[in-house]
Amino acid sequence: MFEVSFLFGQFLGGLTTAMFLFLIASGLSLVFGVMRVLNFAHGSFFMIGAYLAWQAVQWLAPALHSFWLAALAAALGVALLGGLIERLLLRHIYGREELYQLLLTYALVLILGDAAKIIWGTQQLSVSRPPMLAGGFQVLGATLPTYNLFIMLTGVAIAVAGWFVLTRSPAGRMVRAAALDREMLGALGANVGALYTGMFVASSFLAGLSGALVTPIQSIVPGMDVEVIVEAFIVVVIGGLGSFWGTFWGSVIYGQVLSFGILILPGFSLFSVFALMAVILIVRPWGLFGRPLR
Amino acid sequence: MMKKSAPALVRRIPWVLVVFVAALTIPWVGSRYDTFLATQIAISALFAMSLNLLLGTTGLVSFGHVAYFGIGSYVCGILMKTYAVPFSIALPAAAIGSALGALVFGFFCVRLTKIYFAMLTLAFSQIIWAICYKWNDVTGGDQGIPDVPYPNLDWMSSIPLLGDLRIAQQFYVLTLIVVMLSLAAIQRIIASPFGLMLTTIRENPERAASIGLNVRRYELSAFVIAGGFAGIAGALFGIFNRGVFSDFVYWPKSAEVMIMTILGGIDHFWGPVVGAATLVLLNQEITSYTQYWPFVLGTILLLLLFVFPGGIVGGLTTGLEWLRRKTGRRASA
Repeated sequence: MFEVSFLFGQFLGGLTTAMFLFLIASGLSLVFGVMRVLNFAHGSFFMIGAYLAWQAVQWLAPALHSFWLAALAAALGVALLGGLIERLLLRHIYGREELYQLLLTYALVLILGDAAKIIWGTQQLSVSRPPMLAGGFQVLGATLPTYNLFIMLTGVAIAVAGWFVLTRSPAGRMVRAAALDREMLGALGANVGALYTGMFVASSFLAGLSGALVTPIQSIVPGMDVEVIVEAFIVVVIGGLGSFWGTFWGSVIYGQVLSFGILILPGFSLFSVFALMAVILIVRPWGLFGRPLR
Repeated sequence: MMKKSAPALVRRIPWVLVVFVAALTIPWVGSRYDTFLATQIAISALFAMSLNLLLGTTGLVSFGHVAYFGIGSYVCGILMKTYAVPFSIALPAAAIGSALGALVFGFFCVRLTKIYFAMLTLAFSQIIWAICYKWNDVTGGDQGIPDVPYPNLDWMSSIPLLGDLRIAQQFYVLTLIVVMLSLAAIQRIIASPFGLMLTTIRENPERAASIGLNVRRYELSAFVIAGGFAGIAGALFGIFNRGVFSDFVYWPKSAEVMIMTILGGIDHFWGPVVGAATLVLLNQEITSYTQYWPFVLGTILLLLLFVFPGGIVGGLTTGLEWLRRKTGRRASA
């Protein structure tokens, strides 16, 4: 029916989407797992990261390797923004009804979305691909742009690094302890407040970084925030809210369903991913790799 | 003595009727533009009120209520535009269509709690959105269904005063009648034993279950009723807007109606109506000198969450209580 090279191309495309989404969704999932806050503004952090990267490239243009510096600066900028938001706003709503948490982060979506429009306008912006990753090569008859390969490797690297930090470092142990029982951790003398801020900063950093890395292959437009947050929600729901590896496999599944869904049901691939999300929530609300909440 | 009898008297006034009569005068005392705004407020108020049946009465945080609004507007729009079905059939069909949608989706949603409930309602609303956005043959895809006709309102022309109005104003009168009947019905539902059971579930679902209440069935009933009324609001909005489009169903709209409801106050019957009126008028006022309405809305929402979590009506009630206590103390001293 289809040629192998074509199917393989679809597969690679799905994998690139997946790794992008993993970069975005991992932060969302970590914050939910530890802080029990579902952060609608995570997509806005992603968008701000993209705009900041564009801005930094404009300023740095003549310098060598400007894209990499810009991406790092954007991620750090978003991390700073996330830290401020956690300290000034989110801090006051932990433990309140989820309605208020959802609405607080939605208020941030509205404010950040318009702030980006005020600062950068509404026209499409784009960043050119860094020259060292410009080309592409052939794998099994399908063309894989070098930049996409770079994204895939980055996704895997972040996954391994995240897993390592979470399971093998003292900080990771604290994070896992906070996810299990926040009060007990506090009673044992750990500074849970600082831990939460750190978590949120790390999550914002990942969102900002993925926003910056997406700029060479996607143009920056207003509205990308609300689009991406729904995709990230689907991914974390499939894998399991709060589960790190769940988010990884959730992204892989999402990417493949999206890229093969187009072949089977043209025009309904959007439908297929939302349907997948609904089915998972119905059958296993805590996701494929998550554990039920207490 | 007077003080004690006053609230009872206040309670005895049929407020829905009072509001109806007051709102009915708008086409004659106000401009055409006032009527336009009033129509929008009436429809939004019904939509917010239907959401509050879940949010305030039953304590269910639905993040996908716009799905049922959307089903209602598409069913009514398609029936009236494509099949030239009269409004008197299209409107009940929209309500039934939305209630059926809510029955199917709600059946799964009420099995979940808290954040998972919110996520599943969101997922279902996005499924409806994807269908509306992509199923070109039926829903018109991203073009939507433009030029939904006004209902045939010839019967109004034989009524004195009403006959002289323009069609948009006559539609306002019709909208007002439908909305007020719906509000009266919702008020009866909330005050009924069934409504009190819903409140019990909101306050303590475990205890409600332990006294033998079938919590899921009650929640599902509330979900279906709320969906049906949202469908009526959607049907009216499609006609008012002269077209039905897929943005009606996109998820930020769910957040918008939620903000409306919270802004008014979820603990009071009239809260959603006050919230709808405030938000529509504020939007009008603010968009006349800045395009950054979402920024303002987000700021209002932050203020609401941190300063007035009870919303406008909640804040007013607390203020009045405080005043009464203050003056009462002074009188007795």
